[in-house]
Amino acid sequence: MGEFKVHRVRFFDYMPSAIRTMAFNSQTERLAVARADGAVEIFNFNDNFFQEKVIPGQDGRAIEALCWVGHRLFSAGLNGEITEYDLENLRPQYTVDAYGGPIWTISSNSQGTQLAVGCEDGTVKIFAILEERIQFQRNLNRHKGRIISLCWHPSSAQIAAGMTDMITIYDAETGQATRRLLVDRAMGASKNKEVVVWSVGYLSDHTIISGDSAGKVQIWNGLTGTLVRTYLVTKWDVLVLSVSKDESSVIAGTSEGTVIQFQFISSTLDQHDKEWVRTRTFRNHSHDVSALAHTDTAVVSGGMDTQLVVRPLLDKVEKNTQESALRKIAFPHRSLVGCAKKAGLLLFQFPDRLELWKLGESEGHGEQHTHTHTLGEDHICCSALSACGGWLAYSTVSSVRLYRIHVMISVSSSLQVPKLPKELRSVHQLCFSSDSSKLFASSCQSSVIVVAVSQQECRYLHTLKHKTVSTMLYRLHLLCASDDGKWLATANTDCEIHIYNLHKMKLHCMVPVYNSCPTTIAIHPVTNNLISVHADQQIFEFSLVQKEYTQWSRRLQTQGLLSLWLERDTPITHITFNPKNPDHIILHDTYMFCIIDQSLPFPELNAVLWNQMTLKNLPVSQRIGQSHAFKICKIFQHLMCVSLLEDLSLVVVERPLLDIMSQLPAPVRQKKFAT
Amino acid sequence: MAALYEGYTLCGLVPDQNLSSSGIQGIEEERDRDHVVVTDSTRSVTLYKVSDQKPLGSWTVKQGQKLTCPAVFNSQTNEYVAVTDNKCVIDRREHFCLFRVLFLQVSSDVWKVHCTHGGEPVVLFQRGAVRLLDSLLAAPQQPIEEVLAQEETIRWSTIIVAETQQFIIITTEQKGEHFLYLQRLNPNSVQRYRLEREEPGLSPLSFSAIYKDKHICLLYLYPNGHMYQSVLSVRGLGTEEGVQALPLPRSLLLGLPVGDGQLEAASAMALDEAHVAVVGVPHPSAGGGKDFLCIWNTNFQTLQAGKEMAGKIYGQLWSYSNKVFIPHGKTLSIIPFECPKSSLASALGKLKHTKTEESKTPNSVPSWNNILHGEKAQPSKTAETRRTRTTRKSQSTTNLTTDQVLELIKTAPVEEIQKEVEGFLTRSEFQDLQPSVGQLALTLVSRSLADPAFYSSSTLAQLVHTRCLCHSVCPDLVLLALEKKDYFLCQLCLQFFPDIPEAVTCACLKAFISMPDVDAEKVSLEPNSVTFMENLITRDRAEAGLQNGFSPTSSVVNDRQTRAEDKKKASAPSQLICPVGLHKAVLINEILQTPYSDTFLLPHLKDLSSQNVMLFLQYLQFLYLKYSQDAFPQMEGFRSPSLSQIMDWVCLLLDAHFTVLVMTPEAKGLLLNLHSFVKSQVRLVSELGKIEGSLQQLHKMKAKESIGQYSIEIIELF
Repeated sequence: MGEFKVHRVRFFDYMPSAIRTMAFNSQTERLAVARADGAVEIFNFNDNFFQEKVIPGQDGRAIEALCWVGHRLFSAGLNGEITEYDLENLRPQYTVDAYGGPIWTISSNSQGTQLAVGCEDGTVKIFAILEERIQFQRNLNRHKGRIISLCWHPSSAQIAAGMTDMITIYDAETGQATRRLLVDRAMGASKNKEVVVWSVGYLSDHTIISGDSAGKVQIWNGLTGTLVRTYLVTKWDVLVLSVSKDESSVIAGTSEGTVIQFQFISSTLDQHDKEWVRTRTFRNHSHDVSALAHTDTAVVSGGMDTQLVVRPLLDKVEKNTQESALRKIAFPHRSLVGCAKKAGLLLFQFPDRLELWKLGESEGHGEQHTHTHTLGEDHICCSALSACGGWLAYSTVSSVRLYRIHVMISVSSSLQVPKLPKELRSVHQLCFSSDSSKLFASSCQSSVIVVAVSQQECRYLHTLKHKTVSTMLYRLHLLCASDDGKWLATANTDCEIHIYNLHKMKLHCMVPVYNSCPTTIAIHPVTNNLISVHADQQIFEFSLVQKEYTQWSRRLQTQGLLSLWLERDTPITHITFNPKNPDHIILHDTYMFCIIDQSLPFPELNAVLWNQMTLKNLPVSQRIGQSHAFKICKIFQHLMCVSLLEDLSLVVVERPLLDIMSQLPAPVRQKKFAT
Repeated sequence: MAALYEGYTLCGLVPDQNLSSSGIQGIEEERDRDHVVVTDSTRSVTLYKVSDQKPLGSWTVKQGQKLTCPAVFNSQTNEYVAVTDNKCVIDRREHFCLFRVLFLQVSSDVWKVHCTHGGEPVVLFQRGAVRLLDSLLAAPQQPIEEVLAQEETIRWSTIIVAETQQFIIITTEQKGEHFLYLQRLNPNSVQRYRLEREEPGLSPLSFSAIYKDKHICLLYLYPNGHMYQSVLSVRGLGTEEGVQALPLPRSLLLGLPVGDGQLEAASAMALDEAHVAVVGVPHPSAGGGKDFLCIWNTNFQTLQAGKEMAGKIYGQLWSYSNKVFIPHGKTLSIIPFECPKSSLASALGKLKHTKTEESKTPNSVPSWNNILHGEKAQPSKTAETRRTRTTRKSQSTTNLTTDQVLELIKTAPVEEIQKEVEGFLTRSEFQDLQPSVGQLALTLVSRSLADPAFYSSSTLAQLVHTRCLCHSVCPDLVLLALEKKDYFLCQLCLQFFPDIPEAVTCACLKAFISMPDVDAEKVSLEPNSVTFMENLITRDRAEAGLQNGFSPTSSVVNDRQTRAEDKKKASAPSQLICPVGLHKAVLINEILQTPYSDTFLLPHLKDLSSQNVMLFLQYLQFLYLKYSQDAFPQMEGFRSPSLSQIMDWVCLLLDAHFTVLVMTPEAKGLLLNLHSFVKSQVRLVSELGKIEGSLQQLHKMKAKESIGQYSIEIIELF
């Protein structure tokens, strides 16, 4: 296959933000994760844990709690506002000020009709959930001290509220506090420190479970207000609790990075009196576990160390399958790196800024040309760099900016294009045509806005739309233009891929819908075939001219992909092609990049997928017989981008996980051995 | 390393009434290596097959005649030659069991007949003349000239073959002067040498000659233990007839330990170029008894092997084909030996594989000592052999079973018990020794407890030495030894018992510390540990002079403030003098090395009086200073407490007696010093801790540095 010159880039200082809280919607199997920078990410647990949506954050928006009500997602934060999100257009739909100071917690009743928020001023405020908005109903009786945690009783008649030093049970109808459960402070030196009830759970049998800053998980009888059982699980804080849907299991996350499971089981066999017993301890985090979700089959946890961990409960899943594997999601499932193949430029997208780097010619160093975005408090949601390196565009929730870039030997200048068409207002994805003459932007309602860019002006050309039968219009999350400028492919989160003919400016065809979301698409420069890779790791090749899957794709589907390929747990986020050899498709995920040679046979089902080492040791004459279509290279790890420049050298952008970990704050001190 | 193997008896002896001589005149090799001819001092000659230890034949001379020189075997003609009454040479041929005896009356007195293997017999006359036997046979009555001067008498003679030349070596004595004649045969020539005088009145006890490197080496041993070597050239000899005596240069080869008095019946014999067998000289580490056969390496002047011979030693020694023939007591023993090429390492005992016997002994008792100290604590072999001396005697008499010995212990007097237990121990196989040793010790101790007059120290020590005992088997033993003030036994117990309870350890400590130094010096202790302590103390004196006021102790304590103070103190003479006597220190060292657990030890330590604590602390301080001064004084092969053991004991003592010590004004300086020690230790540990962190960091950095922020690489895909 040959040698490649590789630009190994490690200067992308991508730093994910800490996970602050999460909420799991068991109806739709979607997990919403809020990060410390205010971004909200939606993961689809039905589709290989694919990160479908990212709602960019905003300076000053600190989300403290998330709450699903049906398909609607609410958040509340320390800015005192309740926000509902527009999950299609990926932006806050509206915000309501609760007028109670910072909000610590938000919780909806089981019917989804009322929303309770706990405020700094000690009030629990009830909001009615209406269509399209929420409306303040009333305050429950006010107490001194903030409300840190809330939980509705499944019957919606009571609310348990965790405060400092106590838990209060309210009657949701009357607003009166019915019981007060006093929580013991920690023993010893910290006796004078008040104990904060970080999290409460309210079960249908009126059992209340609390986790507090003294490291205790306590089981209370909510009817009598008596303490049933205390488990001291950590020397630090128990930050979060999560109850399983069937109320037989509770998990607690601690500052030490452990997740502890309690189960409601009979302590001895053949006995019916069940009690809460501490059963398992999971240790997958190095830092605070501040977000937990208990799905039917797994414990999902996240925290300061920015990784989302899905830990299947081995008694609920079949052992030794892909389902039972531990999953750590550390990197976004989309590409944050743009690459100008002709100019050798790299564009790095950070939440609040963009960085433009020029690759070195020889064993030198890249030059940096930073574009810091300071206008407005919204974070960047997407960015694009034209192939010639002359244009740069990015978008926030509310606006789009386009820059003209001149890269000299050592200096570069960028000039903001002043007047943009008013149609370019809120976009989800940006893409330049290969000759840099057009900018495509996916807008709301599944439409694509085509804008002509030139030195003189920036002109709106057309809006591409497709007719649809469904009322829901899904957001386009992928855009791809063909090299010859004739085709544009779009993909939306409903797994639809549309092909537009740019010459005629109308829909050409629609690729048959596959039941997994495409993670990346690309149009082959020579054959004009569309390659799409999906969240379940399947690869398809669709001929745009013939409007059908190609022979290669059919053969691949008949033979099937190797299980080792299918069991990879990070999606393919980028596809490029080799201009010199049209048979080569280069794609990568976080842990490897792969060159698929379409001229070679697929590996047999019992063959070795990663056969580079074997091939290396074989004499040249025998390599042909042993080699197969998948050339996988794992030398580079934690890949953010792999791209092939015009001079056929590879650009590999790595972000070692260790570098991320080393930038995290120090974890809580844990005593190990007798030190 | 040379080794002596287990010997066997060739024949019994009939010594003289007063045991002055062994009754053997000589032993000569017969036709091959396995046959020897033994001539006794009266009139019989016996032929033995050595490997079978049995006589093949014997003949005697007529009643009234007497053999005056050892019979030799002429291998050329298969005949024996002997001399009766100094005059008559018997030539006796063996021919199909028929004997042809030839009597030859010569005109002069014969001293000896010599014959080398494959050579012709040579007759040496008392006046120094030499004739070949053949020429005598041709003319028996030929006149014999006088070579020696008046009043010069032959003391010793031998024949040596140098290349093809035969030499007769004769030593003579004339009025207290000693001469040596080197007589060459064919052509005959003689050279006379005068031996240098040793102290007046001392004449050589034994001679031995060996041919090596074209020279004849003569070894001779004086009663004061000096062994000299003279080298005679075999060339350039015989130009003038040796009338005037040349002085014979000599060099002192070995100064053997003599013990008290002088050697009487001793003999030295060169085994090869580097090894000498010596008999009748005391073993250097086994007191005054002289009944040892030792092999010394003359190159390195080291004792290579030693064996105790039971019974009287007559100072006679022969050696043929790697066997030593030694008459002792009433037997003639054959002891095979081995003298491999020696290296310095093996001479110093550093070579591993040469441990032949010690490694073979199985040790069935799991002893902590053995595990922790390995071979270090092995009791010296010679001590064991000494113990077995009497055993050999008793061996022939009775063989008692365990039960019989037990019965005996209950009633018999100390001496008898000692004898029987020794016998029992040597008889028993090591494996089945363990249960019986426990029983024996238990009975002995219970009798000693019941009967205050009865106490058998050596027997108990012997039992402890077997290493089959431990404290739990015989719990009263240590306390009994303490009560009887048997400190040697205490030391042995502390050394060999892995499980002494802390209370007993403490009792021992108390007894050792409070014992007056005068008493302590009387006690005989294990020599190894004494040597260590001696070295420690003497070196310290020597170095105190050398150090010239500078003391490296201060380098241990880096603190600037304490440095000046320390220097002053360390250079003060009081710091460098051991606060306790030598033997007391040895005993305390033993305590320091016993295993303990501090929680159990602490309450017992509190029982010590404050004076004792002070003394003990001073001693520990002395040890600590010694250890930190010198590089590390723990010498190879010596049992000695380690620095951490010393530190632990210091801490323990301070823990136990801190309040008392604080209140005692005399202890103030001591406490300050100890404080500085602890401080220096703490500092050391903390520095190490710091280094650990940076080393780990270095380790981490290494991996990172390999890949920078940006690099261009070439990869190849296949």
